[in-house]
Amino acid sequence: MPPLLELRGATTVYGGGGLLRKREAVVALDHVSFAIADDRPSITAIAGESGSGKTTLGHLLLGHLSPTSGHVLYRGKDLATMNAEERMQFRRAVQPIFQDPFAAFNPFYRIDHVLRQPIRRFQLATGDRPARQLIEEALEMVGLRPQETLGRFPHQLSGGQRQRIMVARALLCRPKVILADEPVSMVDASLRATILASLQRLNQGLGISVIYITHDLTTAYQISDNIIILYRGSVAEAGSVERVVQDPQHPYTQLLISSIPVPDRKRRWVGEDLPEADAAPPRHSTGCKFAPRCKAVMDVCWQQPPPLYQTDPDRVAACFLYKDSPVLESSDVAQAFRNPGAIGG
Amino acid sequence: MTDVLRVEDLAVYYLTPDGPIKAVDGVSFALKAGERLGLIGESGSGKTTMGTALMRLTRPPGRIVRGHVQLNGRDLLAVSERELSAIRLREIALVPQGAMNALNPVMRIRDQIVDGIVAHEGELLRRESADRVAQALTRVGMPVALADRFPHELSGGQKQRVAIAIATMLNPRVIVADEPTSALDVVVQRQVMLTLGRVQEGLGAAVILIGHDMGLMAQFADTIGVLYAGKLVEYGPIDDVLESPRHPYTRLLVDSLPKLDAKHELRGIPGLPPALLNLPPGCPFAPRCPHAFGRCVEETPLLQHLAAEHRVACHLY
Repeated sequence: MPPLLELRGATTVYGGGGLLRKREAVVALDHVSFAIADDRPSITAIAGESGSGKTTLGHLLLGHLSPTSGHVLYRGKDLATMNAEERMQFRRAVQPIFQDPFAAFNPFYRIDHVLRQPIRRFQLATGDRPARQLIEEALEMVGLRPQETLGRFPHQLSGGQRQRIMVARALLCRPKVILADEPVSMVDASLRATILASLQRLNQGLGISVIYITHDLTTAYQISDNIIILYRGSVAEAGSVERVVQDPQHPYTQLLISSIPVPDRKRRWVGEDLPEADAAPPRHSTGCKFAPRCKAVMDVCWQQPPPLYQTDPDRVAACFLYKDSPVLESSDVAQAFRNPGAIGG
Repeated sequence: MTDVLRVEDLAVYYLTPDGPIKAVDGVSFALKAGERLGLIGESGSGKTTMGTALMRLTRPPGRIVRGHVQLNGRDLLAVSERELSAIRLREIALVPQGAMNALNPVMRIRDQIVDGIVAHEGELLRRESADRVAQALTRVGMPVALADRFPHELSGGQKQRVAIAIATMLNPRVIVADEPTSALDVVVQRQVMLTLGRVQEGLGAAVILIGHDMGLMAQFADTIGVLYAGKLVEYGPIDDVLESPRHPYTRLLVDSLPKLDAKHELRGIPGLPPALLNLPPGCPFAPRCPHAFGRCVEETPLLQHLAAEHRVACHLY
């Protein structure tokens, strides 16, 4: 069975054009491959800081953007060569939830409008009554009461409610995959857990796979099965979320995790000086992108990019510190993912 | 130790045609020299309104309707505008929310630092101003060479550190920092917070850190005040509050925090924060509170001492 959704050597380069003066090209995503399996629903986190390429990756998976090189495939079919009908199916099967629940609504329309749109577009129901029933079911699935939600205008709802409406809208399409790009970063702390829990329920209850794009490793750890850590467009580390978060191997992952402000007074930051976080690699560096900030940097790191080393059965790290481990044969980092069914076992 | 800052019964309302929105309503606390206070609250809890009111920077339709802000024995809310300008930056300084975007894009960092000094101390000799700029930048751990750059040539973390350098160059006694790291990545955030802590310790100043991230509070603050609907609902040493939160809101907030050491069931706080217009009588958290009883909807609980330093506003106690 081909994977549900797959990136194969996807590379995205922005800029580089310019009519009068050639602008510097920015490689947002650099030969990234991974696949989301079709036979078992999973939650995969794509984590990284700003500039890591995580949002670009999301746009590729949604088909909003074509890779500069490489391929995006849905059930084995390249998005670039799909016909209109296949594309329609793909658009219905892969549903996005975006960061800003305030920008996603047209303030002039009632909430009903945004929920009826997919029903019309994908002809999910004929007639008003079945449509309304679908909408009510979807709202209830995300913990909203239809009578308190429908008929309202966006400004009458909180950010948390709006974001849950976006989840309900995605649900209407009976998707295979929900791609959520920072879905809770603009939502208050007391409501975040509610939204993430609803994503988890969809995954477990309805068998929908979730791709959770975030900068927040704590929530990624809580809801995901597997995680991919991106650094400047490349995979730094990937694998089962337990392994990666509890025992990070890549120096970048270690830096990220030690920088999380945990609400625990016994685990406070130590006041050491950190490598300048803003240090950019030399423009045309051929080595590891993290080398300029890395505490464990070696000569080899400046000369060539590290391959993905399989350091555990369910984890890979792109770092020469692990050069005694075997190199991952396929470039698909999902080879190192753990079967979600095995979690907790 | 004496208190550098005493806030008494501070109330800030936004006057709207539909009635006053009580963004901050009767908040009192005191701060000792060198103390780090975290004020935590969700959006709409009044935390930013509070920060600007402490500087007397409230703008219409907002209005400080009552209260005192005693800074070294002087009431900031009563002094003349002239005195106030002398006090700001020199005695109390604000690192505003999104400070890194408040830098003037067409002025070099050097000139933006000198600006504040000149406003307080008059013109400086060229030599002297170079020294002061170097001192301000070194204090926040930045190379002096960056003084000749424009803001767009700096990264977000660097700009935020420049904002801290500007706020602290006249050695204030109190620094108010409103979400100083809200748009920054975790690694940069840690760097900026460590910088702020180091500068504060060097000056022996008190800091009020305003924010919504309990993790950041735990890492930085000594004391924490929890704001809900414009009121302080709990106030005390951070160790006590995190260890045994007393107000039901604080407890639910602490319980809802995702942790890194073990997976657990995610639970949010049911319900929504109240609209501040025409807030009904009683405890503002009562509609969401699992322990609410009759008295909670009739009478607003006052902040009272549970222990010497731990105060909570809840009828359960």
